[in-house]
Amino acid sequence: MISVLIDFTYLLASVLFIFGIKGLTHPRTAVRGNLLGATGMLLAVVATLADRQVFGSGPQGLGLIVAGVLLGATIGATLALKIQMTAMPQMVALLNAFGGGASALIAGAVLADTADPGTQTVVATVVSGIIGSVTFWGSLVAFDKLQGLMLPDNPVHFPAQQALNVTLAVATVGLGAWIVADPSQLTSYGLLVVVGSVLGVLLTIPIGGADMPVAIALLNSYSGLAAASTGFVLNNNILIITGSLVGASGLILTQIMCKAMNRSLMNVLLGAIGPDSGPVQGADEVYAGRVKSTSPEEVAMLFDGARRVVIVPGYGMAVAQAQHQVRDLANLLESKGTEVEFAIHPVAGRMPGHMNVLLAEANVDYDKLRAMDDINPSFQQTDVTLIIGANDIVNPVARTDPSSPIAGMPILDVDKSRTVVVVKRSLSPGFAGIPNPLFAADNTVMLFADGKKAVLDLITAIKDG
Amino acid sequence: MDTFLPLLTIFMLAVFVGVEIITKVPPLLHTPLMSGSNAISGITIIGALLSVAAGGTLPTILGFLALVLATINVVGGFLVTHRMVAMFKKKDEDPS
Repeated sequence: MISVLIDFTYLLASVLFIFGIKGLTHPRTAVRGNLLGATGMLLAVVATLADRQVFGSGPQGLGLIVAGVLLGATIGATLALKIQMTAMPQMVALLNAFGGGASALIAGAVLADTADPGTQTVVATVVSGIIGSVTFWGSLVAFDKLQGLMLPDNPVHFPAQQALNVTLAVATVGLGAWIVADPSQLTSYGLLVVVGSVLGVLLTIPIGGADMPVAIALLNSYSGLAAASTGFVLNNNILIITGSLVGASGLILTQIMCKAMNRSLMNVLLGAIGPDSGPVQGADEVYAGRVKSTSPEEVAMLFDGARRVVIVPGYGMAVAQAQHQVRDLANLLESKGTEVEFAIHPVAGRMPGHMNVLLAEANVDYDKLRAMDDINPSFQQTDVTLIIGANDIVNPVARTDPSSPIAGMPILDVDKSRTVVVVKRSLSPGFAGIPNPLFAADNTVMLFADGKKAVLDLITAIKDG
Repeated sequence: MDTFLPLLTIFMLAVFVGVEIITKVPPLLHTPLMSGSNAISGITIIGALLSVAAGGTLPTILGFLALVLATINVVGGFLVTHRMVAMFKKKDEDPS
């Protein structure tokens, strides 16, 4: 009877998770959606505590459970409350890692605990072990790169990299087959996790900065698939349902990100783009004598006569932590009767939706945050487009040069606006390593400065003007 | 093997439900979607609870580690998602 009640509660929790994600389809319902999800989780945990195995595990078991939950809750709450909005990609990378890690550990625990596991359990255990350890270490590498700790942000390549990866992948499958043949060999599961871990590191190392949105989304999907696979280990519906929801979510985001860069997933995973791919076209040829540097005062004059201004934020805005100043600038312009909107490229920043979160943090009305396809047709009616710390996503070469590394990538059509103001520290290339003819275009002026300082100077200049 | 097909059925159907809902999530909310999906994938917490309670030394240790990680995901995931989605406002509905 109890077990039926528990299963029923799990079903209820699954439904709440689905409604929770549904809530995220609109900003107005998002808070409620998240609370529904949390309620579902609480129900699922309470139901599990009522399970005979858990409830009857005695003081030692219950003590460990309380200790584990307290420890995890403290770490989780500290992370969630302390993390800067600019560091959200790192936070998600960590959560991806922990999700994958938990699945691999649980699968190991079940394998160690079950005397004669059936084929489904063992196969699912192997799958959880592989995906879980790849996700855990891959996400930690992504975290390290995003945080700028030990590993370079750039793609890391070494000889025979692909051959090594293939060998390791084959090794995990071989080890998996061995475990299926003889599930009593716990050492082989440990070995499987070790090989999976190395594979996770090696698969993520070649992925560089601007490709991180793809890596993060894909690892997100993996962590879901690991959870689903753990559901097959435990014969548990709610793990399977939740895991497949998360897996689907990550895959869809991965697909959106790849499309936004006009690259195949394989191409991103192999780290095929980057400063060391192909010859860098002569920057001198593109820029020589044609780049016009400007001052905040001149830009203030441009703004003065503008009816419509579009602001294009990029990763540089996040690095400079300039979102609050950008908001002030937008408000100031609006107070003078100018229409201001923000154009958000899907891969601007280091994770899907990165720019939206930063601008929402700065209290920018979400109706003003316009997606690429939505805002592109309006650039022709835009007087001034202000680009802050973005480069490749506004490079018109993507439309014109089929041999360019970013050929065919959908871009923000900023060059169609009357005047383009680019705030950038130097003419250095973006992640794709190519010069940007936009900077040399007739209707473009460059404001060379750090993002935050430039925007502050602009605000002062407009107020004085 | 007798449980495999029903479970696979559930898996497949849930993938379709996931694709249907998630394609409707606007780019505006993609970051909260990721942290929120991390939070719900912390559902592995129930597997961890079962493993900790299972008995033997090794399962208990592994289960305990999994419990800590899954709890971080649940608590950290829902909290950070809440922080984010609470920031998305329109001026006219901003109570402050």
